[in-house]
Amino acid sequence: MKPLILKDIDDLIIGSIGIVAFISFFVGGVVAIQTSLNMTSPIMPKYLVGFATRQSIILEFAPTFISIIMAGKVGSFITSSIGTMRVTEQIDALEVMGINAINYLVFPKFIALTLYPFVISIAMFLGILGGLMACVYGGYGTMEDYIEGVQLDFIPFHFIYAFIKTFVFAFLLATIPSYYGYFMKGGALEVGKASTTSFVWTSVMIILVNFLLTSLLLG
Amino acid sequence: MIEVKDLHKSFGDAHILKGITTSFEKGKTNLIIGQSGSGKTVFLKCLLGLFEYEKGSISYEGKNWSELSRNEKTNLRSEMGMVFQGSALFDSMTIAENVMFPLRMFTKQSKSEMEDRVNEVLQRVNLENAHNKMPSEASGGMQKRVAIARAIVNRPKFLFCDEPNSGLDPRTAIVIDNLIQEITDEFNITTVVNTHDMNSVMEIGEKIVFLKDGLLEWEGSSETIFRTENEAVTNFVYSSNLFRKVRKMYLEENL
Ligand SMILES: Nc1ncnc2c1ncn2[C@@H]1O[C@H](COP(=O)(O)OP(=O)(O)O)[C@@H](O)[C@H]1O
Ligand SMILES: [Mg+2]
Repeated sequence: MKPLILKDIDDLIIGSIGIVAFISFFVGGVVAIQTSLNMTSPIMPKYLVGFATRQSIILEFAPTFISIIMAGKVGSFITSSIGTMRVTEQIDALEVMGINAINYLVFPKFIALTLYPFVISIAMFLGILGGLMACVYGGYGTMEDYIEGVQLDFIPFHFIYAFIKTFVFAFLLATIPSYYGYFMKGGALEVGKASTTSFVWTSVMIILVNFLLTSLLLG
Repeated sequence: MIEVKDLHKSFGDAHILKGITTSFEKGKTNLIIGQSGSGKTVFLKCLLGLFEYEKGSISYEGKNWSELSRNEKTNLRSEMGMVFQGSALFDSMTIAENVMFPLRMFTKQSKSEMEDRVNEVLQRVNLENAHNKMPSEASGGMQKRVAIARAIVNRPKFLFCDEPNSGLDPRTAIVIDNLIQEITDEFNITTVVNTHDMNSVMEIGEKIVFLKDGLLEWEGSSETIFRTENEAVTNFVYSSNLFRKVRKMYLEENL
């Protein structure tokens, strides 16, 4: 089991950090620029850019938006790797050897995805950092104002809310794609179709669950 | 020896096996032949205990599958080896790891004992120098030999092969057929091979079962298949000119 878990951590978590870092940094930058461009009234305080960027990144961008991207990256990887094992009869081969294939294939992915909050933390940090860079180097404000905004009115429960979502999304990312991979029929073409279907349903579920959790926890 | 009685298997409304009764003998290469889609793979997967069947029974050296406890089923499974149609090697493992896998699952041997056994079987299938290759780096014939090595590493009593030479060139196909037959002989096991390859039928068919439309249409051997008057068999087996000629020559020689 241990080598399987390590392999899944490598494939699912480590392998995602690059793209997550890239997207977070630049989207954070765009959020900061947009906020500052839309604040035309002179009575609005300068620190608002940092504050608004922090709120959007921590509450929605990092947990939800990144999870949708992960539904594409990690989700279709899970569906296609389990689906390929199904169509090439590797799952039958496991079962002939008396191995519970669901356990053997899905459990390590669950364990690996318990590290998912780590990925989201990186997204939060780099998103806010990207905002800072864009703000300062783009000439939209000073570093002091931005940092003041980031620290303003910090509500710890927002973090808890964000990480509750993250855990639930990690669960969706492990189960829905595994289901579509494990129960697929057909050949290589169907593996591609199953990956797409799994991406669509994982995203839909993430959006719906996000709505539910937000109404429940913050509403 | 495997005895099959009145085996029925459906998927939803599709009745695939409609009552098959036959037996597969120990120390012999038993062939299941029939057109694509005639249910050969489904039959083999029933024999392996991968598919549940609605009706009928299968017994392995007297042990009736449906009467076995969970533990007994696991034990019986450990006595079965399977060569899947596409080889079904685990593509994240090296060739040696693939072959070692059933040993790790079913036995409590030490690492060095397992390694010795892996070397022994890889040698048996003439693959001494491929231990650290990945399956994707091996040719089709090599993959098939690894799959055979993995199937026999546990010294099974029953060996199942699903179209073992589909997708192979004629020379490699014969090598694989002969390997399967030698192993059957050498270890005195019950081997069941699915095929629609007439070469295999002529080369290794010690007992042949012909499936058509979910029923057992005919059974015999590579000898009797030349003489049969059964139209379904002759239409299927002698659909090519070459085999019609072979048959004619055989009949003339053996008059
Ligand atoms: N898991 C399954 N679910 C539903 N139908 C199946 C399944 N496996 C096989 N079949 C159907 O059973 C029939 C026989 O298939 P198969 O045993 O693969 O034929 P072949 O003789 O070529 O090996 C086919 O019509 C196939 O569509
Ligand atoms: Mg088949």
